[in-house]
Formats: sequence, structure tokens, C-alpha cells
Amino acid sequence: MTESTGGIEMEEDMSGTVKKFAFINRKAPYGTIYALESLEVVLISAAFDQDVSLVFADDGVYQLKKGQATKAVGMKNFSPTYRALEGYDIEKLYVEKSSLDERGLTPDDLIVDVEVLDSAEMAALLEEQDVVMSF
Amino acid sequence: MKFGILINEGPYNHQAADTAYQFCKAALDKGHEIDRVFFYHDGVNNATKLTEPPQDDRHIVNRWSKLAEEHGVDLVVCVAAGLRRGIVDDNLAAGFRISGLGQLVESGIRSDRVVTFGD
Amino acid sequence: MLHIVNKSPLERNALESALRMVKPGSTILLIEDAVYAVTKGNKVEGTVKEAMKTCTVSALWPDLEARGMQDTVIDGVKQVDYSGFVDLVADNSSVMSWL
Repeated sequence: MTESTGGIEMEEDMSGTVKKFAFINRKAPYGTIYALESLEVVLISAAFDQDVSLVFADDGVYQLKKGQATKAVGMKNFSPTYRALEGYDIEKLYVEKSSLDERGLTPDDLIVDVEVLDSAEMAALLEEQDVVMSF
Repeated sequence: MKFGILINEGPYNHQAADTAYQFCKAALDKGHEIDRVFFYHDGVNNATKLTEPPQDDRHIVNRWSKLAEEHGVDLVVCVAAGLRRGIVDDNLAAGFRISGLGQLVESGIRSDRVVTFGD
Repeated sequence: MLHIVNKSPLERNALESALRMVKPGSTILLIEDAVYAVTKGNKVEGTVKEAMKTCTVSALWPDLEARGMQDTVIDGVKQVDYSGFVDLVADNSSVMSWL
């Protein structure tokens, strides 16, 4: 995560506004770039002091799988970045239970601590968000 | 009402850019405001002036440029995603500007609604 | 909350996932290839009808028409144009796309 992402200057005073932002991850890593570039948005969002949640559902849960080793495919392994999120005060990571179950995964298979929600709980979480961005 | 728009796919390959454009047009026609259109992932390819579709096809890039010209819509291309894909100031179409991801988050804070178009 | 789905339910699981995670009373808008979901006789017709008991299901008619599916839409599905799409976004407090 060393690319120049820049542009964090505020054009107007929004210092008092705190919105609930959810970033939705439903795609597996490496096969497409969505997971990596989603993470870049998440890191930038930390600078804005918003109430940020990350949601992992469907193949998105594979983003958090332990043991990713990308040397042979020649791509950057960005999975350690999920562990660094805590340092950016991004601590709300939610995973949908049935998505884990369908993939034969448990929370122990994941690289970070997450909160596992059933589908109805996830529906409630999504419902209370102000801004939902999907990648 | 103020809308923020996020576009994650390039033109022609996926309908996302078309749907987003029709949405923006309809919103403006109804008197709403488009706070910003943010181009991310392959969506940055909406911004290259090198695009030359066949004459009987819609010109997606020029359509965006016209939207900026006529309605002052702020068209922002993510710098990091653009650099990855070779979208830089040299080949940027009229009405677009390159800036950081912060502009996406900022638009989310400022807009009444954010709509994502992608694959 | 407005849930937007744009994938054919016969190819991808976006609609299935959305239906699992929507709150009753929500509105689901089908656009692009997702409009095939609201056409009669397709595999998920029953699923869509079930969802219509608790949610409002809308479809973007320009996408139905583009695909030649305008005459086979399941009864009770609300058809909207881009202007109606904008209204749905404005009328719901938030929007989520199931990409």
C-alpha cells in the first residue's frame, strides 16, 4: 500500500460529519483486482474519521484466508494488510456465516479477527449504513 | 438531492458506464445534483481521449465530457488506478481530472446518496 | 434500503445473496443482466415471487426491452425507466449494489 493515493485535502469543512460507511467485498482475491483496490479505498477512508465497516460475503471471505502465498503467481500478497487495519482504527470487520459455511471455512481459517453475522444480522447491519460502496 | 457516483468498469466491455450515464442524465433532468462521478478500477478507462468507437456506436468518453461541459459535473479519475492502467494527464479527455481516492470518500460524506455501478 | 442487482441469476449468485441479506420491506431493483430474473419461466421465477411477498421487486424496462424480454415479465414486478431509477434512489435512505 505505498502507491500515491493523495488528494485527501478537504474542499469544504466536513469535520463534523460522521457517516456510517460500509465497504462490501464479495469477490475473491487475485482472480480480479477488486479486493486489492477495495483495500486501498478502505485505507484512505481511515483519514476521514468516519464510522467504517468492512463486509465480507460470498467469495469475498476468501480475501481473509490464512496462508496466502503469491510468489509463484508473481503477484503481491496483500493479505497482511488486513492485519494492519487495526492500526488505522478500522476494526469493524464482518463476515457472513453462511458464506463461510458454504466454503468449508471457519473463523480460525481467517487471517484477522472478525465478527461473524448470520444473514438476518447482516441485513440489519447493511440497513443502518449511510454509504455503501461495493467493489 | 445530491448524488455521488462510483464507476468500477471500463466503457464498452461492461454496461456499467452506460447505466451510470443514463442515471446521471435522468437525475440532472429531474433537477438533482451530481456531486461527483468517481472512476475507479477499470472505470478509469472511461477517461481516455484515445477512444475511437465506430461511427455508428455511442461515444462513451465524449458523452461524459459533454456532461461535464453542460452541467459542470466533476469527473474524477483515481490516480493510483489510472497509473496502473496508463491513464495519465497526457491522454485524459476533456472535463476529467485526476485525483486521489480521498475524493471518493469525500463525495460519500457530502452526497445524500452514493450509487455504485460495476460488474 | 434500495438493493440493486445487475447479474443474471442463472450465471451468478448476486440475486441469491441479496435476497438472503435484505430486510423485509426493502426494494430490490434489477438492472442490466439481472432483468432476466423477472421473466416468466426462468429458473428463479419462484424465488422472485417468494421475494415479492416481503419486498418490492422492480426492474429497469430499458434493459428488459434491450434484451427482448419486455413481454414476459412476471406479474406484479414494477417496471421503471431511468427516471424511476433515480426516484427509487432518492426515496430510499441508502443504496447498495450487489456487484
